[in-house]
Amino acid sequence: MQIDKDLVAASATPLVLAILDEDESYGYAILKRIRELSGGEIEWTDGMLYPLLHRLHRFGFVTAGWRTSPEGRRRKYYAITEEGRVALADQRRQWVTVTTALDDLWHHSQARPAAEGAS
Amino acid sequence: MGSLEPSIAEWRAHVSQATGVNGHDVEELETHLREQIADLGAAGLSEDEAFLVAVKRLGDVDEMSREFAVEHSGRLWRQFTVAPESGARGTSAGLLRALGLAVLAAIAIQVPRLVGMDPAALETFYARNASLLVLPFLAWYYVREKRLTGAQIMLTAAPFLVAGLVVNLYPWTAGSASELVVNLHVPVALWFAVGYTYVGGAWRSHERRMDFVRFTGEWFIYYVLIALGGAVLLLLTSFLLEPAGPETVEAVLGWILPSGAAGAVIVAAWLVEGKKSVVENMAPVLTSIFTPLFAVMLAASSVLYLVSDLASDFNREAILVLDVLLVVVLGLVVYDMSAREETDPPGLMDRIQLVAVVSALLLDLIVLSSMIARIGEFGFTPNRVAALGLNLVLLVNLVRAGWLSVRFVSNKTSFHYLERWQTAYLPAYGLWSAAVVLFLPLVFEFA
Repeated sequence: MQIDKDLVAASATPLVLAILDEDESYGYAILKRIRELSGGEIEWTDGMLYPLLHRLHRFGFVTAGWRTSPEGRRRKYYAITEEGRVALADQRRQWVTVTTALDDLWHHSQARPAAEGAS
Repeated sequence: MGSLEPSIAEWRAHVSQATGVNGHDVEELETHLREQIADLGAAGLSEDEAFLVAVKRLGDVDEMSREFAVEHSGRLWRQFTVAPESGARGTSAGLLRALGLAVLAAIAIQVPRLVGMDPAALETFYARNASLLVLPFLAWYYVREKRLTGAQIMLTAAPFLVAGLVVNLYPWTAGSASELVVNLHVPVALWFAVGYTYVGGAWRSHERRMDFVRFTGEWFIYYVLIALGGAVLLLLTSFLLEPAGPETVEAVLGWILPSGAAGAVIVAAWLVEGKKSVVENMAPVLTSIFTPLFAVMLAASSVLYLVSDLASDFNREAILVLDVLLVVVLGLVVYDMSAREETDPPGLMDRIQLVAVVSALLLDLIVLSSMIARIGEFGFTPNRVAALGLNLVLLVNLVRAGWLSVRFVSNKTSFHYLERWQTAYLPAYGLWSAAVVLFLPLVFEFA
């Protein structure tokens, strides 16, 4: 199963913010984490992550800075800000509302085919 | 072994050329590419294979560059050279159109003289109509360049028509103050009408509004440069013609000066579009020289006015000069913003800007209180209402800009909101000028 492109795009911001909420991170690691979390089913074009990160930076949701990692690699690290947490909380409420609504609907529709079969 | 580095160098060169992608982005993408290659190598792929897979995963460069360009439209402005869409046709057709319209504007400004209007009437006519004779050609240039639709063209034409009717048909009292005030506000209001065509009708977009701010600033720089060159040319011409007598000199200059000034409006606009990269190097330098100077000047004079009693006897000229000063400072600050990389952390320049804004705010308050005192004493006049209104419009902007600046400098908010506020506020100036043109004469019964 591949996740639909529009859905990937819509979920990009909350995913990235939520990952950064765990700990600061850099582009490559963020993508790896997303793949891990979704069992490889959320497939991103890697290059598209960076414009998104820059947008979040522009909005002040994350800070960014170049640092050299302990293994000696230079990386641009991103960390979430207070404003970013507020935005994430807001996104979270929206997603929970949507998924709850869908859950309810699908609960009903699971019950219905069974009822029809009995009549 | 050893084929990896050349491949990466080649990839880097290719990505660097994409629009909207700058050096830091390429560096960031390269670190990504290298990590991916290392991981794939660890999983058993050869260097070549790993490189190919990693590049493929990064995605199509054109598509990525488009995303970067959307995100950083300010950069795009600097990287675009001439002709956004059809590269082959663009430059020369745009140049020809600009030159043609410049010539038309130069002729249009002379029409009243050519049809033999008498000199006394001529002066009033120019005071009222100069911008109406020139700016329609600039608007038309963008109507064609940005391919506006029929409805959008009608919408652009409306302010020009209304302004033409107002300045020429309102029954002015001879030498009235409200006429003078209206004559000053018409060009400003019409400049916003040109702005509507410049943004291609997309006036709601904050990014396009910022483009218009950049355009206005850069147009101004080019216009001043052309004017300086023109002044030197006219000076030399008048020396050369001196033996022929002062009448000849005056006659020649009398024809060349207005036409040159009118044509330069269009040529400067074309230069802004065509030679963005030239001004890109100049504008940040100019603003970083003048913003600190203005900040110092404003801070010093606001302190002077505060501690002394000078403000109590502000006359009308002083208030006018201060109004102009505030407009210039605000223009400088907004133009500074348009040239700034949005994601840079607050730096020295932002603090200097804050000083400028706060001092301007203080001065504005001083002017305002003195003006209110004058109005209390002598009542409302067209001049005072126009100046008071402009002051209030500026005050609202400065208060909010100052507040956001403080928050930005102390890292409480991002630059984005500061910029947003300025672009959101932009129409207020146009609306205020339009309101002055339309209603002020009615309120004061054309006196």
